[in-house]
Amino acid sequence: MPTETPTLTKKDFQSDQEVRWCPGCGDYAILSAVQSVMPELGIPKERLVVISGIGCSSRFPYYMDTFGFHTIHGRAPAIATGLKTSRPDLEVWVVTGDGDALSIGGNHLIHVLRRNVNVKILLFNNRIYGLTKGQYSPTSEVGKRTKSTPVGSIDNPFDPVSVALGAGATMVARSVDIFQKHLKETLRRVAEHQGSAFVEILQNCNIFNDGAFSYLTDKENREVEGLYLEHGKPLVFGPPGAERGIRLDAKAMRFEIVSLGNGIGPEDCVVWDESRPDPSLAFMLAQCHRPEFPTALGVLRKVDAPTYDAGVIAQIAQQQERMGTGSLEELLYSGETWQVAADGSITR
Amino acid sequence: MTTETATKPSGSVTSHQALTEVVIRFAGDSGDGMQITGTQFTTTSALLGNDLSTLPDFPAEIRAPAGTLPGVSAFQVRIADHDIHTPGDAPDVLVAMNPAALEVNLRDLKANGVVILNTDEFTARNFKKAGLETDPREDGKLEGYRVFEVELTTVTRRALEDSPLDVRGKDRCKNFFALGMCYWLFSRPLQPTIDWLEKKFAKKPDIAAANITCLQAGWNYCDITGLFQVRYEVESAALPAGTYRNINGNLALAMGLVAGTRKSGVPLFLGSYPITPASDLLHHLSAMKHYGVTTFQAEDEIAAVCAAIGASFGGALGMCSTSGPGLALKSEAINLALMTELPLVILNVQRAGPSTGMPTKTEQSDLLQAMFGRNGESPLPVIAPSSPADCFWAGIEACRVAVESMVPVILLSDGYLANGAEPWKLPDIADLPDFPVEFHSDPEGFQPYQRREDTLARPWAIPGTAGLEHRIGGLEKQDGSGNVSYDPENHQRMTDLRAEKIARIARRIEPLAVDGDERGKLLVLGWGSTEGAIMGAVLAARAEGLTVSRAQLRWINPFPANLGEVLANFDQVLVPEMNGGQLALLLRAGFLKNVTSYPKVEGKPFYRHEILTKIKQCLEVADAN
Ligand code: SF4
Repeated sequence: MPTETPTLTKKDFQSDQEVRWCPGCGDYAILSAVQSVMPELGIPKERLVVISGIGCSSRFPYYMDTFGFHTIHGRAPAIATGLKTSRPDLEVWVVTGDGDALSIGGNHLIHVLRRNVNVKILLFNNRIYGLTKGQYSPTSEVGKRTKSTPVGSIDNPFDPVSVALGAGATMVARSVDIFQKHLKETLRRVAEHQGSAFVEILQNCNIFNDGAFSYLTDKENREVEGLYLEHGKPLVFGPPGAERGIRLDAKAMRFEIVSLGNGIGPEDCVVWDESRPDPSLAFMLAQCHRPEFPTALGVLRKVDAPTYDAGVIAQIAQQQERMGTGSLEELLYSGETWQVAADGSITR
Repeated sequence: MTTETATKPSGSVTSHQALTEVVIRFAGDSGDGMQITGTQFTTTSALLGNDLSTLPDFPAEIRAPAGTLPGVSAFQVRIADHDIHTPGDAPDVLVAMNPAALEVNLRDLKANGVVILNTDEFTARNFKKAGLETDPREDGKLEGYRVFEVELTTVTRRALEDSPLDVRGKDRCKNFFALGMCYWLFSRPLQPTIDWLEKKFAKKPDIAAANITCLQAGWNYCDITGLFQVRYEVESAALPAGTYRNINGNLALAMGLVAGTRKSGVPLFLGSYPITPASDLLHHLSAMKHYGVTTFQAEDEIAAVCAAIGASFGGALGMCSTSGPGLALKSEAINLALMTELPLVILNVQRAGPSTGMPTKTEQSDLLQAMFGRNGESPLPVIAPSSPADCFWAGIEACRVAVESMVPVILLSDGYLANGAEPWKLPDIADLPDFPVEFHSDPEGFQPYQRREDTLARPWAIPGTAGLEHRIGGLEKQDGSGNVSYDPENHQRMTDLRAEKIARIARRIEPLAVDGDERGKLLVLGWGSTEGAIMGAVLAARAEGLTVSRAQLRWINPFPANLGEVLANFDQVLVPEMNGGQLALLLRAGFLKNVTSYPKVEGKPFYRHEILTKIKQCLEVADAN
């Protein structure tokens, strides 16, 4: 039997459906990055399933020429769990948004992560409800003025990567729609992860929340505001000549920003270890917010742990080893039975 | 039963008396082990060849405050030397382990019935806990009953003098002392229960030994003291030859689902969230992993059904077990399965509602929820088994229709079927229907929503099949291609097709069978779990010379093709149901037939005599009852 899989191209992953996001929407860039990375993964496209919930981002499966399931609001992680658990041979990717994953579907998100189901979750965070035309979302900043909060929102926002870390996700990362190189590299790392992989992708909604991330994405800000994590490398950021780093203030148990030079070098900064079993440092970093701190991008955490789906399959196999694969006779005729003979006599 | 006047041990010679049937209720605190006691009595009676039917009745609280009325747990069993269909209307014998159990259950006891009391619990403190102002033994409440007082705790402790158990452990054995007494009274062997105890407590031999000692001591106590003076026998029933086992509805259903998936050739995936009284389905199926069953205890009801839908998308038969409140939470997801035309089996073990209602009490009040409780035009097949053993067959049928029509099927069981048990003549496995699934595999001209002529089912095209990559979702689909469509005419067509798909199931289900004359004055028409009570009432009416026919609906959607004809053949149609008249509403709306609704929502199944009274009312005969 030929074992070679035909080489696929980006085009093979583009469906015949017209893409219907607003012109200029950040979703286009993400779609393009995903479609470019997929052919590199060597997965036959019939084995790839994209599952989404409801929202602008959740139209994603229609544009991928793979198996796809556009489900209901917030429930994509649960549907993905059922699919992956019964079909571990498939590659299951979930596409969701800040409202879908963190509001109506918050429960399913934390549970898919704590179970470590081997699915990849891309959360497009535009900090707004787009499809319902502009209400504030669970990631909108306090004071956000929208149609539903004309005098500003009152509730505190979620930080998606903190939620994922808190739920025990084995892989947590952050990237940006238009940082194509960074995004593609992050997606490659996600694809190789065995277990739940969660990526927050900062995404611009140019209609209802334009420029939400321009503090980071504007050309002049990218180096100043972005902390590009690399495993085994010190936490250093900023343009050449004005580099700064992140140091652990062990006494205060907090991170602090230091300017490099004057006797302070990269060796004084925290060396990033994404594989630390204890997620505390990753959480501390996730809690480092602007304006004091840069935004951490890349992989915050990536650890190996048994996956839920493999565990389920193993238990079934183990029981079958112990008890055989069972026949219907055995099933029905188990327990206390007795025989009634034609003459009415009874035997046990 | 005959009249006995003895109320105190007398040591006189016992006589034997044959009964055709007897109804016994064991009642005590929820910690008194009444369910185990009742189940043991049942199993032993089954092994003697009696026909039987049981009705457990337990509080929602796992351990309500001891000695109080809400904490009372009961188990009723009816044994007979002939074919029976219900656990009986009123008990002949009541075993009451404390004043609260007496207070709650005495009102149901037959006149002149036997009451066995544990008098050690009849203390001023316990009267207060049960809200009694006076000792029921002295205030006339027990007049007209035959009362047997036993210092059950004292005699249990005495029997266990040599046991290494502590006092609490010893006291916990008193239900087996009471069981031993009942075995003596009804001439049952001890051995089946001894075998069970030895197996159950194989790792705790002290407990096994203590319970066995008490069982024997209870028997001996009756034998020596001559407490009852009379012993009863209930002969075996003339059951058809075969292999039997006792079965309750939840276990039968779990087995039916395994059988259904085996017969379809697709694996079973159950997503479930614990809920009374459906949790046993999750428990049973979780213990059947070696049959290739996957069970997933989800984070909530919605995730449970969604995971099942995900599994169905991948080529398993997704299922979810729940009760009314859970069904409400699942409705949006069920519509997703309806829209994407994926097979799914939804098991609703109904309980008394609305809201949290009475979780451990039975009701059939989710019928209209199953029919209409979703947004949009959303017709779904609805099937309702009529007895504990029938849950097995209905489970298979639900699987068959789900995969044949690519549709979610709702199966309506209820608390009464789920926990009630009856002897089941096990079927020959070779007689089970085969309905192998064929996944679509040919990419040539593949259209995700191209339908089969006969069933209108779309192809089941599962991920992993090269060339069949396609997208589905909850947005309206274009006929054929399955692409998203907002076209008005297409929406009308798809809505009609989804309805017609359900209607066509009627071609593949049994027509409604009428028991009795095909036409006449009165038809009693039930659905689901009321069959036993209706059958009992109709037989009793016929015994009194009345002409009554009866039929039991198994499919509510679609109705059997001949239902309209059957309804038209009768002047009156009496519809008893454990809800406010939901089937009656459907019948009136669907057939413009003015049926006589007989609703009941007491959290309890119908009594035979209640339906008999209604039959007489319909036929305008005087009711002597
Ligand atoms: S509303 Fe915003 S998020 Fe939605 S498609 Fe338009 S730009 Fe994109």
